[in-house]
Amino acid sequence: MKLAVEIENLTKDYKIGFWHKHTVRALDNLNLKVEAGQIFGLLGPNGAGKTTTIKLLVGLIKPTAGNARILGRDIKDIETHQKIGYCPENPYFYDYLTAYELMLYFAELFGLTKDAKKRAEKMLNLVGLHESDWHKPLRSFSKGMLQRVGLAQSLINEPEVVFLDEPMSGLDPIGRREIRELIARLPKRGITVFMSTHILSDIEVLCDSVAILNRGKLAAVGKLDELLFTKETNELEVILRGVTVEALSNEMKSLRVLEKPSGLQIRIKEYELVELISVIKKLGGSVVSVQPVKMSLEDFFVKETAKQEAK
Amino acid sequence: MKWLIVAKNTFRETIRDRVLYNLILFFLLITASALFLGDLTGGNEARTTVNIGLSATLIFGVLIAIFVGVGLVSKEIEKRTIYVILAKRVTRAEFLLGKYLGLCTVLLLNTGLMGIGVSVVVFTVGDLMRAISIWGAVFLIYMELCIITAVALVFSTFSSPILSTIFSFSVFVIGHFSSALKDIAQSIGSTSAKVFFTSLYYLLPNFSLFSITTQAAHGNLPTVSYLISVTTYAIFYILILISLAIIIFQNRDFR
Repeated sequence: MKLAVEIENLTKDYKIGFWHKHTVRALDNLNLKVEAGQIFGLLGPNGAGKTTTIKLLVGLIKPTAGNARILGRDIKDIETHQKIGYCPENPYFYDYLTAYELMLYFAELFGLTKDAKKRAEKMLNLVGLHESDWHKPLRSFSKGMLQRVGLAQSLINEPEVVFLDEPMSGLDPIGRREIRELIARLPKRGITVFMSTHILSDIEVLCDSVAILNRGKLAAVGKLDELLFTKETNELEVILRGVTVEALSNEMKSLRVLEKPSGLQIRIKEYELVELISVIKKLGGSVVSVQPVKMSLEDFFVKETAKQEAK
Repeated sequence: MKWLIVAKNTFRETIRDRVLYNLILFFLLITASALFLGDLTGGNEARTTVNIGLSATLIFGVLIAIFVGVGLVSKEIEKRTIYVILAKRVTRAEFLLGKYLGLCTVLLLNTGLMGIGVSVVVFTVGDLMRAISIWGAVFLIYMELCIITAVALVFSTFSSPILSTIFSFSVFVIGHFSSALKDIAQSIGSTSAKVFFTSLYYLLPNFSLFSITTQAAHGNLPTVSYLISVTTYAIFYILILISLAIIIFQNRDFR
Protein backbone atom coordinates (compact mmCIF):
# COMPACT_ATOMS: atom_id res chain seq x y z
CA MET A 1 0.00 0.00 0.00
CA LYS A 2 1.60 3.24 -1.16
CA LEU A 3 0.94 6.19 1.08
CA ALA A 4 0.37 9.60 -0.44
CA VAL A 5 0.17 11.50 2.84
CA GLU A 6 1.31 10.54 6.35
CA ILE A 7 0.62 12.89 9.21
CA GLU A 8 2.12 12.30 12.67
CA ASN A 9 1.04 14.29 15.72
CA LEU A 10 0.70 17.43 13.67
CA THR A 11 -0.09 20.42 15.87
CA LYS A 12 -0.46 24.09 15.13
CA ASP A 13 -0.82 26.92 17.61
CA TYR A 14 -1.51 30.46 16.47
CA LYS A 15 -0.39 33.38 18.55
CA ILE A 16 -3.09 36.01 18.85
CA GLY A 17 -3.50 39.46 20.34
CA PHE A 18 -1.43 42.59 19.79
CA TRP A 19 1.55 41.28 21.78
CA HIS A 20 1.01 37.66 20.63
CA LYS A 21 0.59 36.68 24.29
CA HIS A 22 -2.29 34.24 23.80
CA THR A 23 -2.28 31.05 21.77
CA VAL A 24 -5.09 29.25 20.03
CA ARG A 25 -4.69 25.59 19.07
CA ALA A 26 -5.93 25.27 15.49
CA LEU A 27 -4.79 21.66 15.06
CA ASP A 28 -4.23 19.21 17.88
CA ASN A 29 -2.09 16.09 17.47
CA LEU A 30 -3.46 15.01 14.11
CA ASN A 31 -2.53 11.53 12.89
CA LEU A 32 -3.63 10.47 9.41
CA LYS A 33 -2.61 8.15 6.60
CA VAL A 34 -3.93 8.60 3.09
CA GLU A 35 -3.46 5.88 0.50
CA ALA A 36 -2.33 6.85 -2.97
CA GLY A 37 -4.87 6.83 -5.81
CA GLN A 38 -7.93 7.77 -3.80
CA ILE A 39 -10.06 10.82 -3.14
CA PHE A 40 -9.70 11.70 0.51
CA GLY A 41 -12.11 14.12 2.13
CA LEU A 42 -11.35 16.24 5.14
CA LEU A 43 -14.69 17.08 6.67
CA GLY A 44 -15.54 19.44 9.46
CA PRO A 45 -17.47 22.52 10.50
CA ASN A 46 -16.01 26.01 10.01
CA GLY A 47 -12.93 26.48 12.18
CA ALA A 48 -12.33 22.74 12.52
CA GLY A 49 -8.74 22.96 11.26
CA LYS A 50 -9.21 21.77 7.66
CA THR A 51 -7.51 24.74 5.98
CA THR A 52 -4.77 24.74 8.64
CA THR A 53 -4.04 21.06 7.86
CA ILE A 54 -3.78 21.72 4.12
CA LYS A 55 -1.66 24.87 4.62
CA LEU A 56 0.72 22.91 6.85
CA LEU A 57 1.04 20.19 4.22
CA VAL A 58 1.79 22.61 1.37
CA GLY A 59 4.27 24.63 3.46
CA LEU A 60 2.38 27.90 3.90
CA ILE A 61 2.50 27.62 7.67
CA LYS A 62 4.97 25.86 9.94
CA PRO A 63 3.91 23.20 12.45
CA THR A 64 4.24 23.89 16.17
CA ALA A 65 4.86 20.17 16.71
CA GLY A 66 4.66 16.93 14.76
CA ASN A 67 5.57 16.12 11.23
CA ALA A 68 4.14 15.01 7.91
CA ARG A 69 5.35 13.32 4.75
CA ILE A 70 4.00 13.53 1.24
CA LEU A 71 4.92 10.59 -1.02
CA GLY A 72 7.50 9.60 1.61
CA ARG A 73 9.24 12.98 1.64
CA ASP A 74 9.26 15.40 4.55
CA ILE A 75 6.97 18.40 3.99
CA LYS A 76 9.90 20.72 4.80
CA ASP A 77 11.79 19.38 1.77
CA ILE A 78 11.18 21.80 -1.13
CA GLU A 79 11.52 18.89 -3.60
CA THR A 80 8.16 17.62 -2.27
CA HIS A 81 6.54 20.62 -3.99
CA GLN A 82 7.59 19.33 -7.41
CA LYS A 83 4.99 16.57 -7.12
CA ILE A 84 2.10 18.35 -5.46
CA GLY A 85 -0.61 20.73 -6.59
CA TYR A 86 -2.63 23.13 -4.46
CA CYS A 87 -5.76 25.17 -5.01
CA PRO A 88 -6.77 27.45 -2.10
CA GLU A 89 -10.34 28.28 -1.15
CA ASN A 90 -11.80 31.01 -3.39
CA PRO A 91 -8.61 31.31 -5.46
CA TYR A 92 -7.58 34.73 -6.66
CA PHE A 93 -4.90 35.44 -9.20
CA TYR A 94 -2.94 38.35 -10.67
CA ASP A 95 -5.32 40.91 -12.20
CA TYR A 96 -2.83 41.93 -14.83
CA LEU A 97 -2.31 38.47 -16.29
CA THR A 98 -4.48 36.44 -18.64
CA ALA A 99 -5.35 32.83 -17.77
CA TYR A 100 -2.88 31.65 -20.40
CA GLU A 101 -0.04 33.87 -19.12
CA LEU A 102 -0.68 32.67 -15.57
CA MET A 103 -0.44 29.04 -16.66
CA LEU A 104 2.81 29.74 -18.55
CA TYR A 105 4.27 31.51 -15.50
CA PHE A 106 3.45 28.60 -13.22
CA ALA A 107 4.66 26.03 -15.75
CA GLU A 108 8.01 27.84 -15.89
CA LEU A 109 8.24 27.75 -12.09
CA PHE A 110 8.18 23.96 -12.39
CA GLY A 111 10.98 24.10 -14.92
CA LEU A 112 8.73 23.37 -17.91
CA THR A 113 10.13 25.70 -20.51
CA LYS A 114 9.79 23.80 -23.78
CA ASP A 115 6.49 22.14 -22.89
CA ALA A 116 5.01 25.13 -21.04
CA LYS A 117 2.61 26.14 -23.83
CA LYS A 118 1.46 22.60 -24.51
CA ARG A 119 0.92 21.90 -20.84
CA ALA A 120 -0.95 25.21 -20.29
CA GLU A 121 -3.32 24.45 -23.18
CA LYS A 122 -3.83 20.87 -21.99
CA MET A 123 -4.80 21.90 -18.47
CA LEU A 124 -7.04 24.79 -19.53
CA ASN A 125 -8.86 22.35 -21.83
CA LEU A 126 -9.06 19.75 -19.06
CA VAL A 127 -10.88 22.13 -16.69
CA GLY A 128 -13.23 23.16 -19.49
CA LEU A 129 -12.21 26.81 -19.73
CA HIS A 130 -13.37 27.99 -23.14
CA GLU A 131 -10.54 28.89 -25.52
CA SER A 132 -12.01 32.35 -26.12
CA ASP A 133 -11.41 33.12 -22.41
CA TRP A 134 -7.76 32.06 -22.32
CA HIS A 135 -6.44 35.46 -23.34
CA LYS A 136 -8.77 37.61 -21.28
CA PRO A 137 -7.41 39.31 -18.13
CA LEU A 138 -8.17 37.35 -14.97
CA ARG A 139 -9.80 40.43 -13.37
CA SER A 140 -12.75 39.92 -15.76
CA PHE A 141 -13.31 36.28 -14.65
CA SER A 142 -16.33 35.08 -12.69
CA LYS A 143 -15.93 33.02 -9.51
CA GLY A 144 -16.62 29.80 -11.40
CA MET A 145 -14.02 30.63 -14.05
CA LEU A 146 -11.44 31.46 -11.37
CA GLN A 147 -12.16 28.14 -9.69
CA ARG A 148 -11.44 26.37 -13.00
CA VAL A 149 -8.19 28.32 -13.39
CA GLY A 150 -7.38 27.41 -9.79
CA LEU A 151 -7.78 23.74 -10.59
CA ALA A 152 -5.87 24.04 -13.86
CA GLN A 153 -2.88 25.70 -12.14
CA SER A 154 -2.88 23.02 -9.42
CA LEU A 155 -2.47 20.39 -12.14
CA ILE A 156 0.09 22.21 -14.32
CA ASN A 157 3.00 20.05 -13.08
CA GLU A 158 0.96 16.83 -13.42
CA PRO A 159 1.23 16.27 -9.67
CA GLU A 160 0.89 12.97 -7.85
CA VAL A 161 -1.05 14.54 -4.98
CA VAL A 162 -3.34 17.53 -5.27
CA PHE A 163 -4.65 19.49 -2.28
CA LEU A 164 -7.98 21.21 -2.85
CA ASP A 165 -9.36 23.51 -0.17
CA GLU A 166 -13.15 23.78 -0.49
CA PRO A 167 -13.03 23.31 -4.28
CA MET A 168 -16.79 23.69 -4.74
CA SER A 169 -17.19 26.72 -2.49
CA GLY A 170 -19.27 29.53 -3.97
CA LEU A 171 -20.13 27.74 -7.20
CA ASP A 172 -23.61 27.49 -8.70
CA PRO A 173 -25.17 23.98 -8.99
CA ILE A 174 -24.00 23.46 -12.59
CA GLY A 175 -20.49 24.68 -11.79
CA ARG A 176 -20.34 22.41 -8.77
CA ARG A 177 -21.35 19.39 -10.77
CA GLU A 178 -18.73 20.12 -13.43
CA ILE A 179 -15.94 20.60 -10.90
CA ARG A 180 -17.09 17.46 -9.06
CA GLU A 181 -16.93 15.43 -12.27
CA LEU A 182 -13.49 16.79 -12.97
CA ILE A 183 -12.21 15.86 -9.49
CA ALA A 184 -13.75 12.38 -9.83
CA ARG A 185 -11.64 11.81 -12.96
CA LEU A 186 -8.32 12.73 -11.30
CA PRO A 187 -7.52 9.33 -9.69
CA LYS A 188 -7.70 7.77 -13.20
CA ARG A 189 -4.81 10.07 -14.13
CA GLY A 190 -2.82 8.73 -11.15
CA ILE A 191 -3.53 11.74 -8.95
CA THR A 192 -4.42 11.37 -5.26
CA VAL A 193 -6.91 14.02 -4.21
CA PHE A 194 -6.82 15.44 -0.68
CA MET A 195 -9.76 17.81 -0.39
CA SER A 196 -11.45 19.71 2.39
CA THR A 197 -15.10 20.61 2.45
CA HIS A 198 -18.03 21.13 4.74
CA ILE A 199 -20.50 20.14 2.01
CA LEU A 200 -21.55 16.59 2.96
CA SER A 201 -23.10 15.69 -0.40
CA ASP A 202 -19.78 16.36 -2.18
CA ILE A 203 -17.99 13.99 0.18
CA GLU A 204 -20.65 11.28 -0.26
CA VAL A 205 -20.45 11.46 -4.03
CA LEU A 206 -16.68 11.84 -4.40
CA CYS A 207 -14.66 10.43 -1.54
CA ASP A 208 -13.32 6.95 -0.89
CA SER A 209 -12.14 7.81 2.61
CA VAL A 210 -12.88 10.63 5.00
CA ALA A 211 -11.58 12.16 8.18
CA ILE A 212 -13.79 14.28 10.38
CA LEU A 213 -12.14 17.16 12.19
CA ASN A 214 -13.75 19.13 14.95
CA ARG A 215 -12.08 21.94 16.91
CA GLY A 216 -8.71 20.86 15.59
CA LYS A 217 -9.06 17.25 16.69
CA LEU A 218 -9.67 14.12 14.69
CA ALA A 219 -13.19 12.85 15.44
CA ALA A 220 -13.32 9.89 13.00
CA VAL A 221 -11.42 8.46 10.06
CA GLY A 222 -11.89 5.58 7.63
CA LYS A 223 -13.47 4.32 4.41
CA LEU A 224 -16.82 5.97 3.86
CA ASP A 225 -18.73 2.66 3.46
CA GLU A 226 -17.27 1.23 6.65
CA LEU A 227 -17.92 4.37 8.66
CA LEU A 228 -21.54 4.66 7.62
CA PHE A 229 -22.42 0.97 8.17
CA THR A 230 -21.34 0.72 11.74
CA LYS A 231 -22.19 -1.98 14.27
CA GLU A 232 -24.21 0.68 16.06
CA THR A 233 -26.84 0.85 13.30
CA ASN A 234 -26.95 -2.93 12.89
CA GLU A 235 -30.09 -2.69 10.81
CA LEU A 236 -31.23 -4.36 7.60
CA GLU A 237 -33.66 -3.17 4.98
CA VAL A 238 -35.83 -5.97 3.54
CA ILE A 239 -38.05 -5.61 0.45
CA LEU A 240 -40.70 -8.33 0.09
CA ARG A 241 -43.73 -9.18 -2.04
CA GLY A 242 -46.83 -11.38 -1.83
CA VAL A 243 -47.89 -10.43 1.73
CA THR A 244 -50.12 -7.71 3.15
CA VAL A 245 -49.18 -5.21 5.84
CA GLU A 246 -51.96 -6.51 8.09
CA ALA A 247 -50.94 -10.18 7.81
CA LEU A 248 -47.34 -9.31 8.53
CA SER A 249 -48.22 -7.06 11.48
CA ASN A 250 -50.34 -9.85 12.99
CA GLU A 251 -47.37 -12.21 12.90
CA MET A 252 -44.65 -9.80 14.00
CA LYS A 253 -45.60 -6.92 16.26
CA SER A 254 -43.87 -3.51 16.21
CA LEU A 255 -42.57 -3.85 12.65
CA ARG A 256 -41.95 -0.62 10.75
CA VAL A 257 -43.53 -1.34 7.33
CA LEU A 258 -43.64 1.03 4.39
CA GLU A 259 -45.55 0.34 1.16
CA LYS A 260 -43.34 1.11 -1.83
CA PRO A 261 -43.90 0.42 -5.58
CA SER A 262 -41.20 -2.25 -5.40
CA GLY A 263 -43.00 -4.02 -2.53
CA LEU A 264 -43.12 -3.72 1.26
CA GLN A 265 -40.06 -2.14 2.84
CA ILE A 266 -39.19 -3.23 6.36
CA ARG A 267 -36.36 -2.21 8.67
CA ILE A 268 -35.35 -4.87 11.17
CA LYS A 269 -32.45 -5.63 13.45
CA GLU A 270 -29.97 -8.18 12.15
CA TYR A 271 -31.08 -10.83 14.67
CA GLU A 272 -34.72 -10.55 13.51
CA LEU A 273 -33.94 -11.70 9.96
CA VAL A 274 -34.38 -15.45 10.56
CA GLU A 275 -37.75 -14.93 12.20
CA LEU A 276 -38.91 -12.60 9.40
CA ILE A 277 -37.98 -15.04 6.64
CA SER A 278 -39.89 -17.86 8.32
CA VAL A 279 -42.95 -15.58 8.70
CA ILE A 280 -42.78 -14.59 5.01
CA LYS A 281 -42.51 -18.29 4.06
CA LYS A 282 -45.55 -19.08 6.20
CA LEU A 283 -47.57 -16.27 4.57
CA GLY A 284 -46.50 -17.38 1.06
CA GLY A 285 -44.58 -14.22 0.23
CA SER A 286 -41.11 -13.76 -1.28
CA VAL A 287 -38.01 -11.72 -0.39
CA VAL A 288 -36.89 -9.31 -3.15
CA SER A 289 -33.80 -7.92 -1.43
CA VAL A 290 -31.94 -7.63 1.89
CA GLN A 291 -29.52 -4.75 2.39
CA PRO A 292 -27.64 -3.30 5.32
CA VAL A 293 -28.94 0.10 6.40
CA LYS A 294 -26.32 2.82 6.12
CA MET A 295 -26.30 5.80 8.35
CA SER A 296 -26.51 9.07 6.41
CA LEU A 297 -23.27 11.01 6.37
CA GLU A 298 -25.08 13.91 7.98
CA ASP A 299 -26.23 11.73 10.90
CA PHE A 300 -22.76 10.29 11.22
CA PHE A 301 -21.14 13.72 11.12
CA VAL A 302 -23.46 15.15 13.78
CA LYS A 303 -23.03 12.05 15.97
CA GLU A 304 -19.22 12.04 15.76
CA THR A 305 -18.77 15.75 16.35
CA ALA A 306 -21.17 15.63 19.32
CA LYS A 307 -19.35 12.58 20.70
CA GLN A 308 -16.02 14.37 20.39
CA GLU A 309 -17.27 17.54 22.05
CA ALA A 310 -18.62 15.52 24.96
CA LYS A 311 -15.12 14.16 25.68
CA MET B 1 16.91 30.11 -11.64
CA LYS B 2 13.38 30.35 -10.23
CA TRP B 3 14.14 33.90 -9.06
CA LEU B 4 14.63 34.92 -12.69
CA ILE B 5 11.12 33.69 -13.59
CA VAL B 6 9.65 35.54 -10.59
CA ALA B 7 11.67 38.65 -11.59
CA LYS B 8 10.33 38.44 -15.16
CA ASN B 9 6.78 38.31 -13.87
CA THR B 10 7.37 41.17 -11.41
CA PHE B 11 8.73 43.26 -14.28
CA ARG B 12 5.58 42.50 -16.28
CA GLU B 13 3.39 43.26 -13.24
CA THR B 14 5.00 46.66 -12.64
CA ILE B 15 5.09 47.65 -16.30
CA ARG B 16 1.32 47.00 -16.48
CA ASP B 17 0.67 49.11 -13.37
CA ARG B 18 -1.04 52.44 -14.10
CA VAL B 19 0.62 54.14 -11.10
CA LEU B 20 3.94 53.88 -12.92
CA TYR B 21 2.68 55.80 -15.96
CA ASN B 22 1.06 58.51 -13.83
CA LEU B 23 4.36 59.10 -12.06
CA ILE B 24 6.32 59.19 -15.33
CA LEU B 25 3.82 61.71 -16.75
CA PHE B 26 4.32 63.96 -13.72
CA PHE B 27 8.09 63.66 -14.12
CA LEU B 28 7.89 64.73 -17.79
CA LEU B 29 5.69 67.72 -16.90
CA ILE B 30 8.11 68.89 -14.18
CA THR B 31 11.20 68.43 -16.35
CA ALA B 32 9.54 70.33 -19.21
CA SER B 33 8.56 73.11 -16.79
CA ALA B 34 12.27 73.42 -15.89
CA LEU B 35 12.77 74.93 -19.36
CA PHE B 36 10.47 77.83 -18.51
CA LEU B 37 11.88 78.24 -15.01
CA GLY B 38 15.38 78.28 -16.51
CA ASP B 39 14.41 81.37 -18.53
CA LEU B 40 13.83 83.23 -15.28
CA THR B 41 17.30 82.48 -13.91
CA GLY B 42 19.11 84.73 -16.35
CA GLY B 43 21.67 82.59 -18.14
CA ASN B 44 21.62 79.55 -15.86
CA GLU B 45 19.02 77.59 -17.81
CA ALA B 46 21.17 74.43 -18.05
CA ARG B 47 22.08 74.43 -14.35
CA THR B 48 18.48 74.97 -13.25
CA THR B 49 17.26 72.29 -15.65
CA VAL B 50 19.81 69.76 -14.31
CA ASN B 51 18.87 70.61 -10.70
CA ILE B 52 15.13 70.32 -11.26
CA GLY B 53 15.40 67.33 -13.64
CA LEU B 54 17.65 65.22 -11.38
CA SER B 55 15.66 66.10 -8.24
CA ALA B 56 12.47 65.04 -10.06
CA THR B 57 14.20 61.81 -11.15
CA LEU B 58 15.06 61.06 -7.52
CA ILE B 59 11.65 62.01 -6.09
CA PHE B 60 9.61 60.07 -8.66
CA GLY B 61 12.02 57.16 -8.51
CA VAL B 62 11.60 57.06 -4.72
CA LEU B 63 7.81 57.19 -5.08
CA ILE B 64 7.91 54.20 -7.43
CA ALA B 65 10.45 52.33 -5.28
CA ILE B 66 8.40 52.77 -2.10
CA PHE B 67 4.83 52.46 -3.39
CA VAL B 68 5.57 49.57 -5.74
CA GLY B 69 8.25 48.08 -3.46
CA VAL B 70 5.93 47.91 -0.44
CA GLY B 71 3.23 46.36 -2.63
CA LEU B 72 5.60 43.69 -3.98
CA VAL B 73 5.00 41.35 -1.06
CA SER B 74 2.05 42.86 0.81
CA LYS B 75 -0.20 42.80 -2.30
CA GLU B 76 0.65 39.13 -2.83
CA ILE B 77 -0.30 38.37 0.79
CA GLU B 78 -3.41 40.56 0.77
CA LYS B 79 -4.76 39.02 -2.44
CA ARG B 80 -3.57 35.55 -1.42
CA THR B 81 -1.72 35.04 -4.72
CA ILE B 82 1.31 34.10 -2.64
CA TYR B 83 -0.43 30.87 -1.55
CA VAL B 84 -0.22 29.20 -4.93
CA ILE B 85 3.30 30.48 -5.60
CA LEU B 86 4.84 29.20 -2.36
CA ALA B 87 3.06 25.84 -2.72
CA LYS B 88 5.07 25.38 -5.92
CA ARG B 89 8.72 24.46 -6.14
CA VAL B 90 9.90 27.96 -5.26
CA THR B 91 11.75 28.77 -2.06
CA ARG B 92 10.78 31.88 -0.13
CA ALA B 93 14.27 33.28 -0.76
CA GLU B 94 13.90 32.77 -4.54
CA PHE B 95 10.51 34.47 -4.42
CA LEU B 96 11.81 37.55 -2.55
CA LEU B 97 14.93 37.85 -4.66
CA GLY B 98 12.88 37.61 -7.84
CA LYS B 99 10.45 40.25 -6.64
CA TYR B 100 13.31 42.59 -5.72
CA LEU B 101 15.26 42.16 -8.93
CA GLY B 102 12.10 42.53 -11.03
CA LEU B 103 11.42 45.95 -9.54
CA CYS B 104 15.09 46.96 -9.81
CA THR B 105 14.90 46.21 -13.54
CA VAL B 106 11.83 48.45 -13.88
CA LEU B 107 13.66 51.18 -11.93
CA LEU B 108 16.67 50.82 -14.20
CA LEU B 109 14.45 51.37 -17.22
CA ASN B 110 12.64 54.29 -15.59
CA THR B 111 15.73 56.03 -14.28
CA GLY B 112 17.38 55.54 -17.66
CA LEU B 113 14.41 57.05 -19.47
CA MET B 114 14.20 59.94 -16.99
CA GLY B 115 17.95 60.52 -17.40
CA ILE B 116 17.53 60.63 -21.19
CA GLY B 117 14.64 63.10 -20.66
CA VAL B 118 16.82 65.41 -18.56
CA SER B 119 19.76 65.07 -21.02
CA VAL B 120 17.53 65.97 -23.97
CA VAL B 121 16.15 69.04 -22.16
CA VAL B 122 19.67 70.19 -21.14
CA PHE B 123 20.91 69.60 -24.67
CA THR B 124 17.96 71.67 -25.97
CA VAL B 125 19.18 74.67 -23.95
CA GLY B 126 22.55 74.21 -25.66
CA ASP B 127 24.81 72.60 -23.02
CA LEU B 128 26.19 69.32 -24.37
CA MET B 129 28.80 68.94 -21.58
CA ARG B 130 26.21 69.10 -18.82
CA ALA B 131 23.91 66.79 -20.83
CA ILE B 132 26.67 64.16 -20.57
CA SER B 133 27.88 64.96 -17.06
CA ILE B 134 24.50 64.22 -15.45
CA TRP B 135 24.96 60.45 -15.98
CA GLY B 136 27.21 59.92 -12.97
CA ALA B 137 24.48 61.49 -10.82
CA VAL B 138 21.78 59.42 -12.61
CA PHE B 139 23.73 56.23 -11.84
CA LEU B 140 24.00 57.11 -8.14
CA ILE B 141 20.29 57.99 -8.01
CA TYR B 142 19.62 54.48 -9.36
CA MET B 143 21.83 52.93 -6.65
CA GLU B 144 19.95 54.93 -4.00
CA LEU B 145 16.62 53.68 -5.41
CA CYS B 146 17.86 50.09 -5.20
CA ILE B 147 18.60 50.59 -1.49
CA ILE B 148 15.20 52.23 -0.90
CA THR B 149 13.49 49.28 -2.66
CA ALA B 150 15.34 46.85 -0.40
CA VAL B 151 14.27 48.91 2.65
CA ALA B 152 10.63 48.81 1.47
CA LEU B 153 10.94 45.06 0.89
CA VAL B 154 12.22 44.44 4.44
CA PHE B 155 9.37 46.42 6.02
CA SER B 156 6.72 44.77 3.82
CA THR B 157 7.75 41.28 4.97
CA PHE B 158 6.43 41.91 8.49
CA SER B 159 4.47 45.16 8.54
CA SER B 160 1.25 46.53 7.04
CA PRO B 161 1.50 48.45 3.71
CA ILE B 162 0.75 51.82 5.36
CA LEU B 163 3.34 51.38 8.10
CA SER B 164 5.87 50.01 5.59
CA THR B 165 5.37 53.13 3.42
CA ILE B 166 5.79 55.46 6.43
CA PHE B 167 8.90 53.60 7.66
CA SER B 168 10.50 53.55 4.20
CA PHE B 169 9.90 57.29 3.66
CA SER B 170 11.38 57.96 7.10
CA VAL B 171 14.53 56.00 6.23
CA PHE B 172 14.79 57.95 2.94
CA VAL B 173 14.47 61.35 4.67
CA ILE B 174 16.72 60.51 7.65
CA GLY B 175 19.25 58.88 5.31
CA HIS B 176 19.66 62.25 3.56
CA PHE B 177 20.39 63.96 6.86
CA SER B 178 22.68 61.22 8.10
CA SER B 179 25.54 63.56 8.99
CA ALA B 180 23.16 65.55 11.21
CA LEU B 181 22.69 62.40 13.32
CA LYS B 182 26.43 62.28 13.93
CA ASP B 183 26.48 65.98 14.87
CA ILE B 184 23.59 65.46 17.31
CA ALA B 185 25.38 62.44 18.86
CA GLN B 186 28.54 64.53 19.37
CA SER B 187 26.79 67.57 20.81
CA ILE B 188 24.36 65.78 23.13
CA GLY B 189 25.19 65.28 26.83
CA SER B 190 23.22 62.14 27.68
CA THR B 191 25.16 58.90 27.11
CA SER B 192 22.10 56.87 26.18
CA ALA B 193 21.02 59.50 23.65
CA LYS B 194 24.59 59.57 22.30
CA VAL B 195 24.51 55.78 21.84
CA PHE B 196 21.04 56.01 20.22
CA PHE B 197 21.98 58.64 17.63
CA THR B 198 25.36 57.05 16.90
CA SER B 199 23.68 53.68 16.34
CA LEU B 200 21.14 55.32 14.04
CA TYR B 201 23.98 56.97 12.11
CA TYR B 202 25.68 53.63 11.49
CA LEU B 203 22.49 51.61 10.96
CA LEU B 204 20.69 53.86 8.49
CA PRO B 205 21.99 54.28 4.94
CA ASN B 206 23.94 57.44 4.26
CA PHE B 207 22.12 58.78 1.20
CA SER B 208 24.12 62.03 1.10
CA LEU B 209 26.88 59.92 -0.51
CA PHE B 210 24.59 59.35 -3.50
CA SER B 211 23.55 62.97 -3.86
CA ILE B 212 25.84 64.67 -6.41
CA THR B 213 23.16 66.71 -8.19
CA THR B 214 24.81 70.05 -7.40
CA GLN B 215 28.13 68.77 -8.75
CA ALA B 216 26.37 67.59 -11.94
CA ALA B 217 24.58 70.94 -12.26
CA HIS B 218 28.02 72.59 -12.39
CA GLY B 219 29.06 70.17 -15.13
CA ASN B 220 31.43 68.13 -12.94
CA LEU B 221 31.69 64.37 -13.23
CA PRO B 222 32.41 62.23 -10.14
CA THR B 223 35.69 60.30 -10.11
CA VAL B 224 35.65 56.59 -11.03
CA SER B 225 37.05 55.64 -7.58
CA TYR B 226 34.21 57.57 -5.90
CA LEU B 227 31.63 55.77 -8.05
CA ILE B 228 33.20 52.36 -7.25
CA SER B 229 33.34 52.98 -3.49
CA VAL B 230 29.75 54.26 -3.30
CA THR B 231 28.52 51.35 -5.47
CA THR B 232 30.32 48.87 -3.18
CA TYR B 233 28.66 50.52 -0.17
CA ALA B 234 25.24 50.23 -1.89
CA ILE B 235 25.72 46.55 -2.82
CA PHE B 236 26.87 45.72 0.69
CA TYR B 237 23.89 47.50 2.20
CA ILE B 238 21.44 45.83 -0.22
CA LEU B 239 22.85 42.36 0.55
CA ILE B 240 22.33 42.91 4.28
CA LEU B 241 18.76 44.16 3.75
CA ILE B 242 17.78 41.31 1.40
CA SER B 243 19.25 38.74 3.81
CA LEU B 244 17.25 40.32 6.63
CA ALA B 245 14.06 40.24 4.53
CA ILE B 246 14.65 36.57 3.70
CA ILE B 247 15.19 35.63 7.36
CA ILE B 248 11.95 37.37 8.41
CA PHE B 249 10.03 35.93 5.44
CA GLN B 250 11.24 32.35 6.05
CA ASN B 251 9.59 32.30 9.46
CA ARG B 252 6.31 33.85 8.42
CA ASP B 253 3.02 31.94 8.51
CA PHE B 254 0.52 32.65 5.75
CA ARG B 255 -2.76 32.11 7.60
